[in-house]
Amino acid sequence: MATEKRNKEEEEVKTDDGSPKIKPRPIVQLGIFLVAHSPVFSVVFSAAGVLALLILPLLAKNTYISENALMPGSARSMLSNRDVSDGSKLVKDIKNYRLNHEGQGVEVQKLVGKYMSEMVAEVYYQKFHPEGNQFHPLHFFSGPDSYTLLDNVSCASYGVNVAGIIRAPRGDGKESIVLVTPYDFINGGDYEALSLGITSTLFSLLARVTWLSKDIIWLVADSRYGDYRPVAAWLSEYHSPSFKVSDLLKCGERNTADNFRRAGTVAAALVLKVDGRSERFEDTLSIYAEASNGQMPNLDLINVVNYLAVHRQGFYVKVEKVVSLLSSSWLKIIGEIFEAVGKLAHTLNPDWNFGIPVADYLEGSATLASSLYSQALGIPTGPHGAFRDNQVDAITLKVSPRFPPDSKTRQHDFFLRGARLLEGTIRSVNNLLEKFHQSFFLYLLTSPSKFISVGVYMIAFALLVAPLPMVAASLYIEGCKALTKSTDNPTENLKSWKWLDAAKQVFALHLFGFIVTLLPYFICQVPGQHSPSNRSIMWGTTSSSLLLITFAAIPGCSPFTSRHHGTHWAVLKSVTISAAFIGLCLMSIINFATAEIGALLLVPTCLMAQPIKPALRSRRIKSMLGAFCSMVLLTIGFPVMFFAISKGLFGEGLVGLSLGGEFWTWLESLWAWKSATYLYIGMVHLPCWLLCLCILFHPS
Amino acid sequence: MASLIRSWIPLLILQSFLVAIAFGSKEAEEFSEALLLKPLPDRKVLAHFHFENRAPPSNSHGRHHHLFPKAISQLVQKFRVKEMELSFTQGRWNHEHWGGFDPLSSMNAKPVGVELWAVFDVPQSQVDTSWKNLTHALSGLFCASINFLESSTSYAAPTWGFGTNSDKLRYGSLPREAVCTENLTPWLKLLPCRDKDGISALMNRPSVYRGFYHSQRLHLSTVESGQEGLGSGIVLEQTLTVVLQPETTSVETNMQPSWSLSSLFGRKVVGSCVLAKSSNVYLQLEGRLGHESKNVDTEIEAHKLWKNADFDLSLKPDRVLRESSSLLFIFDIDKSSDSEPFDLGLTWKLPSKWSCQQAPLQATRFLMGSGNERGAIAILLKATESQEKLPGRVVTDGRCTIKANIFQIFPWYVKVYYHTLQIFVDQQQKTDCEVLKKINVSPSTDKVSSGMLEMMLELPCEVKSAAISIEYDKGFLHIDEYPPDANQGFDIPSALISFPSHHASLDFQEELSKSPLLSSFKEKSLVRSYTEVLLVPLTTPDFSMPYNVITITCTIFALYFGSLLNVLRRRIGEEERFLKSQGKKTFGLKQLLSRLTAKIRGRPIEPPSSDSPAAQSSFLSSKLIFKIILVAGAAAAWQYFSTDN
Repeated sequence: MATEKRNKEEEEVKTDDGSPKIKPRPIVQLGIFLVAHSPVFSVVFSAAGVLALLILPLLAKNTYISENALMPGSARSMLSNRDVSDGSKLVKDIKNYRLNHEGQGVEVQKLVGKYMSEMVAEVYYQKFHPEGNQFHPLHFFSGPDSYTLLDNVSCASYGVNVAGIIRAPRGDGKESIVLVTPYDFINGGDYEALSLGITSTLFSLLARVTWLSKDIIWLVADSRYGDYRPVAAWLSEYHSPSFKVSDLLKCGERNTADNFRRAGTVAAALVLKVDGRSERFEDTLSIYAEASNGQMPNLDLINVVNYLAVHRQGFYVKVEKVVSLLSSSWLKIIGEIFEAVGKLAHTLNPDWNFGIPVADYLEGSATLASSLYSQALGIPTGPHGAFRDNQVDAITLKVSPRFPPDSKTRQHDFFLRGARLLEGTIRSVNNLLEKFHQSFFLYLLTSPSKFISVGVYMIAFALLVAPLPMVAASLYIEGCKALTKSTDNPTENLKSWKWLDAAKQVFALHLFGFIVTLLPYFICQVPGQHSPSNRSIMWGTTSSSLLLITFAAIPGCSPFTSRHHGTHWAVLKSVTISAAFIGLCLMSIINFATAEIGALLLVPTCLMAQPIKPALRSRRIKSMLGAFCSMVLLTIGFPVMFFAISKGLFGEGLVGLSLGGEFWTWLESLWAWKSATYLYIGMVHLPCWLLCLCILFHPS
Repeated sequence: MASLIRSWIPLLILQSFLVAIAFGSKEAEEFSEALLLKPLPDRKVLAHFHFENRAPPSNSHGRHHHLFPKAISQLVQKFRVKEMELSFTQGRWNHEHWGGFDPLSSMNAKPVGVELWAVFDVPQSQVDTSWKNLTHALSGLFCASINFLESSTSYAAPTWGFGTNSDKLRYGSLPREAVCTENLTPWLKLLPCRDKDGISALMNRPSVYRGFYHSQRLHLSTVESGQEGLGSGIVLEQTLTVVLQPETTSVETNMQPSWSLSSLFGRKVVGSCVLAKSSNVYLQLEGRLGHESKNVDTEIEAHKLWKNADFDLSLKPDRVLRESSSLLFIFDIDKSSDSEPFDLGLTWKLPSKWSCQQAPLQATRFLMGSGNERGAIAILLKATESQEKLPGRVVTDGRCTIKANIFQIFPWYVKVYYHTLQIFVDQQQKTDCEVLKKINVSPSTDKVSSGMLEMMLELPCEVKSAAISIEYDKGFLHIDEYPPDANQGFDIPSALISFPSHHASLDFQEELSKSPLLSSFKEKSLVRSYTEVLLVPLTTPDFSMPYNVITITCTIFALYFGSLLNVLRRRIGEEERFLKSQGKKTFGLKQLLSRLTAKIRGRPIEPPSSDSPAAQSSFLSSKLIFKIILVAGAAAAWQYFSTDN
């Protein structure tokens, strides 16, 4: 139908022209058309991109169990009161012990180990060193096994993990499921001990059941040095042990190296934490899923937990959200508009049910924003991140009971429900005959039971970056024309090499960005103790002096050189935009959320950037407004500035004088977690931002 | 009538016996059955069924047998099998609690799934053919996919690492084979009484398969008569080893559970198999108990052996044998009958603890690395507590050493880099020549044969732990070798660790009765243990990807070559001129077309105008593009909403 129509129109073109003129191909025509009207299209596309992002909560689909083998909740729970009393007894014993013996963590570990071995589990203790995450520029994309053992380990501080393995009675031992309960053996609170109680209840059951086909490992991670580190240490010993002698083994009385036991490929892992009292009437279950660099576990794992928690055990399930967005009025207005449009659409066609209430929209967007932010940051939101680094699907479940920790009667019920939830999840995973593969890996959550798949959220990004190549092409043509006019030298009129000067400048600044990215490593090597603020000042001064050197060394690079020397700003902008486009597209493959947020910042900045001098000279309101906008965008686009704004947005209080220090700490955390966002900021965002600055002060 | 027949059956059987004796040669075919029960330290009970069927070397039988299963003898004759062992196993043998240094565990602790090895008595060139035929025959006989061992990628020919030195030996295992009653039933059919009578009647399927470990084994060996003209005899040994958890009501955790045959199996023994030469039940008690009750002679003392403060046996044993660390009670079940079934029970009165003797080194194997990266296979050997006490140390050059053989098959898709072999002894890296005495490597060929590694390690006696790691890369399977659905991963079969200088045997002080089970225990058997099966997750290609790639690349190629050819071939100026000249000629057709379109649009024919054609064309094209976008947008919206609801 459509082709017919087009054929006819083609015919028309020929006949209407009268003389048979060669008609350009439709695709070429389309290209020319887009390039010719690039300002309009860039505004339309960018606006559509932002709109598509805002509309995402409306497009979220309900989650569903994709893998049939999981069958959550189809089996009756086998937990008995005996199991629960086992769990309660452990919690009571730990409490008593802690009261009597202050600060003797190792003994508590022995107590937990004793309970495990009474349940016929194979128990072992693993020592680990709370090694700080060190930045090394070359370790960015290497695997988790790249961490090296420190040579001089002090025995003063080391943690001890306790792990117990229940072997599946008739299983073949090829696969295992890991349960992790982080517990601080020295300072752990009463709530934390409850997580041990729940898992102990479950473990007592699993030691008896006959349906297990995968081995179960219960890891009590020593969270004295954070939640993540012990789990990562255990996993690295599990997957890539060093057979060489380690100094750590000499510490303490137990020799731990020989006892380390394994149980096959890890199929899935669940991290259970109990903290704080629930603010709601029900017990609350928070699901954390984001791992390093925006990796997510298979959606089916979240689905199973969510299904069992909501429909079987009556938990209130939530995922993290940006609370400050819930009360923002602009989002509310947008939500109201969407609701009105949805209602209108519903009256037009009763099948169109895309409208959602304002409250839902607000919740959805707050969750979506948090989901995007956590993925973009690239820092795992819990110990499950360590598993994802080893290609294991894992989530962290944080349970908040609605009762105070010393309430005995409530505790029984709480243990029963918590353990049933875990039992159901483990039973589902136990059913799996294959790896998690059926459901999504690339998704954003808007609520525990709603998700946006990659196919939908890609649209927003695609629309956002679509104007970049168009504008680049149109600017290039414009710049070439301008250059041909301005110069009379025929050799310079060699059309195809116009971009070379600009490319040199862009390349120089990208190189500069690369060096700035690596600088913190060398600053860390500077001897002596420095506060983060001092380090950030060091970084800032070295970077700016480097920038000056770059400007001085490469003629035509600086915005302060004379007009005749430099390239035309349009060509420079064109190459800058191309570089930004390539950078954003590459980043969208590595970490989509970073690219999305980066595009939101970078695309308007790049598109709006234009020389400020002619605008001021012309004294026309339109151009003045444009210059003002580009200046505002550039200010926001400066990484430090954006960091401050986002901090304010997330309700963490306005940052004061220590901004530089805080920014340094933030960046340090980024590189310590090997977040690709750090590379993006240093190697894509910063150079492009500087280039936009160059364009802004271009002497044309 | 029925009762008449029933009374006739024993008579008939007796008659057949008499006939056999009358017409047979010096030796007759013999069948014996035995059941060994053994409480295990971790509150479980091991039951080991042992059936032995002997066909003596003779010519007179010809193709006929009285007791010996015809299927097996045909198999032996047809494929010239010298020795063969087939085992079906479910569950893992717990070396720590169930022992690793007694004949029972070294013979019956088998790897998960199916394991088959056979030695043939054929010329070297025919061994592979015989093996292939044998796998198919066994596959049909035992209702299992043993025929998968036919492919040359799944079996290997170990030279010395397996324990049996023969170049006509073939070994293969299928770790993924599920074992169930369908495999047990044909196995039972080989017994003269099946599971209708005698000890095998205990094999109640639900209780047998409820166990923690289940291994059904068939071992056959030919006995050369040595005489000219006389065929070879066959010894068929069938064993079933199960580890069961007795149901217990006591809450006390350190108390061993009491059990009886009927509580373990849900059945009782009512009489022995009439065709069996001997049918005995043995009860082995290990550890402390054995030591305590030494040097007992009088009747009262002997009585104390089975009824004492520690435990109580429900039946009086016919004989009691002593071994260095265990007691063996022998019961004869011939006396039992329908009215008085044999139901042996053991009641514990006091909590007791003992430990089983373990192999000198305990082996575990695991994969290093995760995901789809390159990985490594590591075998960890750890010294057990009983290592020092064990005999079998070899002193060479003033050094006390333990020898350990490692035999490992690698499927071809696990591409092992043999040069990366690293050996650590007590967390110190050793060079190969220090500990490696012998090594035999046959690398795998892609899709043709599997790789094999045989190693003989010589470790110092005081070794605490030894680790061997070898790196591998994951290969890609051929497209039709992938399972149809998403898969769990692929298996690397168990490695076999054997200790050539250690032999396990039970040394009974008294002279033995001619029980085949006990004589097999008395023979020195090589101490061996199998490691875990490993799961390698291979990269599964997205099979819709080739289609996507083809479409995308074709589109790109078409665009690229199309435009390139256009650029290269077309001369715009020439073409314009050509078209202009031709336009005048072929005006008629164009006119006709334009008239047609004009009629459709209902407008008068516009005279061909020549003013600013470029502007008009761009305007028209923009309109066209706008229309196309509109239609595409409408289609996309329709598609979205129609699929969403």
